[in-house]
Amino acid sequence: MSIKLEHLNYIYSQGTAYEKQALRDICMEIPHGEFVGIIGHTGSGKSTLIQHLNGLIRATSGELYYNGENIYREGYSMRALRNEVGLVFQYPEHQLFEIDVMTDVCFGPKNQGLSGEQCKERALEALRLVGLKEKYYKVSPFELSGGQKRRVAIAGVLAMRPKVLVLDEPTAGLDPKGRDDILDQIAYLHKESDMTVILVSHSMEDIAKYADRLIVMNKGTVMYNDEPKKVFEHYQELEKVGLAAPQVTYIMHDLAGRGMPVRTDVTTVAEAADEIMKVLGQ
Amino acid sequence: MDMVQTEKLVFEYEKRDEEGNVIGMSRAIDEVDIDVKEGQFIAILGHNGSGKSTLAKHINAILVPTEGTMWVNGRNTSDPEELWNVRQSAGMVFQNPDNQIIGTVVEEDVGFGPENLGVPTDEIWQRVEDSLRSVGMIEYRHHSPNKLSGGQKQRVAIAGVVAMEPKCIVLDEPTAMLDPLGRKEVLKTVQKLREQKKVTVILITHYMEEVVDADKIYVMDHGHVVMEGTPREIFSRVDELKSYRLDVPQATLLADELKKRGLKIPDGILKREELVEVLCQLN
Amino acid sequence: MVRDITIGQYYPAKSVVHRLDPRVKLVSTLLYLISLFLFRSISGYLIATVFLVTVIRISRVPFSFIVRGLKPVILLLMITVLFNLFLTRSGDVLFHAWIITVTEGGLVTAVYMAVRLIYLIIGSSLMTFTTTPNELTDGIEALLHPLNKIRVPVHEVAMMMSIALRFIPILLEETDKIMKAQIARGADFESGNIIQRAKSMIPILVPLFVSAFRRANDLAMAMEARCYRGGEGRTKMKPLHYKHRDYTAYITVVVYVAAVFIIGRYLPLHVWIF
Repeated sequence: MSIKLEHLNYIYSQGTAYEKQALRDICMEIPHGEFVGIIGHTGSGKSTLIQHLNGLIRATSGELYYNGENIYREGYSMRALRNEVGLVFQYPEHQLFEIDVMTDVCFGPKNQGLSGEQCKERALEALRLVGLKEKYYKVSPFELSGGQKRRVAIAGVLAMRPKVLVLDEPTAGLDPKGRDDILDQIAYLHKESDMTVILVSHSMEDIAKYADRLIVMNKGTVMYNDEPKKVFEHYQELEKVGLAAPQVTYIMHDLAGRGMPVRTDVTTVAEAADEIMKVLGQ
Repeated sequence: MDMVQTEKLVFEYEKRDEEGNVIGMSRAIDEVDIDVKEGQFIAILGHNGSGKSTLAKHINAILVPTEGTMWVNGRNTSDPEELWNVRQSAGMVFQNPDNQIIGTVVEEDVGFGPENLGVPTDEIWQRVEDSLRSVGMIEYRHHSPNKLSGGQKQRVAIAGVVAMEPKCIVLDEPTAMLDPLGRKEVLKTVQKLREQKKVTVILITHYMEEVVDADKIYVMDHGHVVMEGTPREIFSRVDELKSYRLDVPQATLLADELKKRGLKIPDGILKREELVEVLCQLN
Repeated sequence: MVRDITIGQYYPAKSVVHRLDPRVKLVSTLLYLISLFLFRSISGYLIATVFLVTVIRISRVPFSFIVRGLKPVILLLMITVLFNLFLTRSGDVLFHAWIITVTEGGLVTAVYMAVRLIYLIIGSSLMTFTTTPNELTDGIEALLHPLNKIRVPVHEVAMMMSIALRFIPILLEETDKIMKAQIARGADFESGNIIQRAKSMIPILVPLFVSAFRRANDLAMAMEARCYRGGEGRTKMKPLHYKHRDYTAYITVVVYVAAVFIIGRYLPLHVWIF
């Protein structure tokens, strides 16, 4: 169930004064079941990239294979692809429209042609997965808090039972607790099902905590594509393009620079604490 | 002198059932006392729904207290006579960069406030130029706001407030919708304004890294002020902060973790340099 | 998709047309639109074309940008053309099948009507391309100022227009985003009969309205926070003053209209319509 991109290029408004190459010769493979983080600042092409994954944007040139099949081949069903690759946009709560939470979550399954019973079953499952309390199921989505709305919107995509879940900054605008809740829920989902998760984020700390692999985008190209630890070793290069490693990584580098024999490929607080305790011999 | 002061400020709104009938009152702010001196940098922290934005809107008299009083620059915000004076002395920057820019060209937007105040044309131009310079956006004066990045839009919004020459600027989660670069841009701009114009700044946020330089922090929860103190005092209470759905910078978190594991680390580490210094002395 | 709509947008460039007083541009546009209905002959079309092309050249707005603005109205254009083509009966019959008859007169009328409509759209969009919405608002406000005496809220109407123009691109982008999000959830906007298609718009329209209301609310608050209290006591950052070039422009337009009227009406090259 892998996704493979070969020499993918995308040019916006081709042939006009506003022409801009958003993606440049992207090659990558995302194997089934992985938790991938994508980082890059605004305009790096990350949002454009993920919209290719379910065929919302068609590459100007290059190929995209889902499960070994070229999605640009004639007769390939984009509808079928969109059932497999679920995409949660930034601020997904802005897409809610139904009279109550339950009906809204049913929208996806209904479009898949499932019966009313099946839709409801899927919706219940999805709402449970995002941890929304049952008392809200019959409430209008517009009456919920920001964090709850976002859960409903994510459930709306999960209810389609995608094999790949792509999330574009699912925590934007949430407070720290809301952010951790959503990310923990996604990590749990990834562990429980065999879903591939692709998480676009601005937060190096979040990616370091959850992702198996980190893709760094810069100016429409893939700058790094490796384990987070290995990527963060290039913290100086990351800074040059306006990104940064997690703060603890800097602390470890500072300590090493001051002569303390600590490892520097540390990316989370817990890891850093372990390492410092070990070196200080306590 | 007091810039912003409240006394047992209460704000209630009507709670309605599904048919729209009033079923009771809900307190968004409950007997809050705050006190901001001229020239200070004050931060108000709290999770979404803690009442911090409602409080911010009182400073600009967009909302007026149900009970209690709020004074801004010595004027009572509940007095309708003082409304425009209050709004002129306390400018406000909002969260969504798109929804607060009125002009379709950067300089025209910055001129909107002074136009409303009845400032003469020549002086408007002077003010627009000055404020665009102070936020570093002068080279974008003829641009359309739609083509700017989030951080740039927020800087334009700040310039629009600065052009009204307020004594105090209230920023209501100005960075919540920005990427890290935009966030840095906005904070640097605010910092610069404080130095150059000696303006009082009240920053409302849930990003803890943004408030380490504040003179005082108020933490809000359920409409109450639950913590109050310098950043060092506040950040030494990591567990309490977490209980209010907030988190702390990784340096503080790591210091706290190491202290729990038995290392002798002082309270309230704020910055990475401090922690490195302490650890090197332990080594 | 929707982002192609360029009508009502401002195209920043440094040209004399951009610098003209908005009142001149408003009045001239109105005169130009009227002029399109003053002539009946090919010589009139020639003058109107030369005038339009010259103004476009001076304005430095790229031609391709202007043409893109026509895209959304193609359907309207087609309908008008077809109506004229099939319903006008004059001159030789060029084509006849079943109940459809195309006559020479019909063909000529259809072509001229299309040209007229296209010029109409280009002419008016050229005004918005070269005038910032704020200037436009100021211009309308100044021109309609006399209406204040009969209690027409001129300032408020002008402010509403200006805000609408500022938010058009934002709402278009938002529509695009919502549409994509719903497509990602399996929504289908392309198949089905007209009722099904109208129904399939609900998942776009509801979120769009909700968002528009939220934005309106935010904006009203932001305006109040910046001491907006209606037109009274307000000063202007860019007050309107006629300059030398504005008088030149007025004279040019008047000369053009006179030329169209006289030449187009009394000195026909030969083809007459109507």
